[in-house]
Amino acid sequence: MYPADCKYTKDHEWIKIDGGVGRVGITDFAQKQLGDVVYLDLPQVGRALKLGDAFGTVESVKAVSELYSPVSGEVVAVNSALAEKPETVNKDPHGSWMVEIRLSAPAELESLLAVADYSALVK
Amino acid sequence: MVPFAGWDMPVEYSGLSNEHLAVRTRAGLFDVTHMGQVEIAGKDALAALQWMTSNDASRLTIGQAQYSGLMTPAGTFVDDLLVYRFAEEHFLLVVNASNVDKDYAWIVEHIRQFGDVTALDTSSRYALLALQGPVASHVMQQLTNFDLSGMKYYWFAHGEVAGVRATLSRTGYTGEDGFEVFVPPRQAPAVWNAILETGKNDGVIPAGLGARDTLRLEAAMRLYGSDIDAETTALEAGLEWIVGWKKENFIGRDALLRQKESGVTRRLVGFEMTEGAIARHGYPVMIDGRKAGVVTSGTQTPFLKKAIGMAYVPATHTAEGTGVDVEIRGRLRRARVVPLPFYTRPKG
Repeated sequence: MYPADCKYTKDHEWIKIDGGVGRVGITDFAQKQLGDVVYLDLPQVGRALKLGDAFGTVESVKAVSELYSPVSGEVVAVNSALAEKPETVNKDPHGSWMVEIRLSAPAELESLLAVADYSALVK
Repeated sequence: MVPFAGWDMPVEYSGLSNEHLAVRTRAGLFDVTHMGQVEIAGKDALAALQWMTSNDASRLTIGQAQYSGLMTPAGTFVDDLLVYRFAEEHFLLVVNASNVDKDYAWIVEHIRQFGDVTALDTSSRYALLALQGPVASHVMQQLTNFDLSGMKYYWFAHGEVAGVRATLSRTGYTGEDGFEVFVPPRQAPAVWNAILETGKNDGVIPAGLGARDTLRLEAAMRLYGSDIDAETTALEAGLEWIVGWKKENFIGRDALLRQKESGVTRRLVGFEMTEGAIARHGYPVMIDGRKAGVVTSGTQTPFLKKAIGMAYVPATHTAEGTGVDVEIRGRLRRARVVPLPFYTRPKG
């Protein structure tokens, strides 16, 4: 059920690479754990991130959860439409990208989980 | 499941928001067996209770309950509780799960000066189920021979629920009409199942700790450990209505009277975020760039669909409409003071 063309983190983010840019969101497992998402706090375009940096916050009624960058790079786009309708994250987590990051160290992708490993992690 | 005061508690069953909305529009069934019970009995039971609790227990008729406070000499809270008058000389106190041991020790210490009175921690003797919501009485009436139309809010009676000996109380912690049912723990699962089965067609679903918290916040019911504690007084918490000024002396009265005369310097208020962000417990309230208070409870609520909360703010900033800032992850976000409660159930 998790898209095979993405890489995953142990913190339940997904990243989908297109060229040198990765779109990042949270997984179906993450949205289920959070429950109804009601607020997204996303970074500004231009922000420089290192692998593992907290780049934003996703809040449900019951919890606040940090978003951690799966790669190093620069934020080149932010999905502000998603921030307006945060409940979309529950309905379509793998279609709900939050930021686009231009990778500065593509080799980091090797350290992320492939779909089989991620599926096993959340089983 | 999460650990809560020594219990494993379900945070949610079908989803917090779903459960919250069910309670506002139909009904939800909560297992609140974690709540503690202390019973006070003896010829001097009322006198001891009058000394230890803030509200005036002498106003209780047998079969009636009241919200009250177990106060320190400083007028702050050892705990908040419900006092049920079971008989002339027999009271049941329902206290917070996390405070049972502390409360019981406090009570034993303070009833010493009274002659004929005993205190028993009977927490393990009761399971407590709460059916809350607009269809609660319709569902409950099918399971009991009590005439519920004659039972007013904050009254209770003993009888049978689903064939099990029970104490049924028209009380709750959600802002809705509803009932709390005290039953023997061994028979609780049968009663739980009977209520769900009977209420199925009316949309009754199980509800967890998460919805209980968001529901009570909309109704502005205080939560011990968040909104009130041993550092906050009944007056600061906006709970003067449970201070029995007219009764004789009680623990904390002198301090509360002094505070009433000099005026409180801070007060618990309700607020609503006016720009997109959610305030949570512990976040600082900022006025003119300085920390001036603290958020005690806050969330985005499923029914009102607003980010609301309660906070202690300086007495100068309690008027409705006053603007304050809440510091959220290093940024100041605007909020304004609104009247409590946020939600009042429709009459009728």
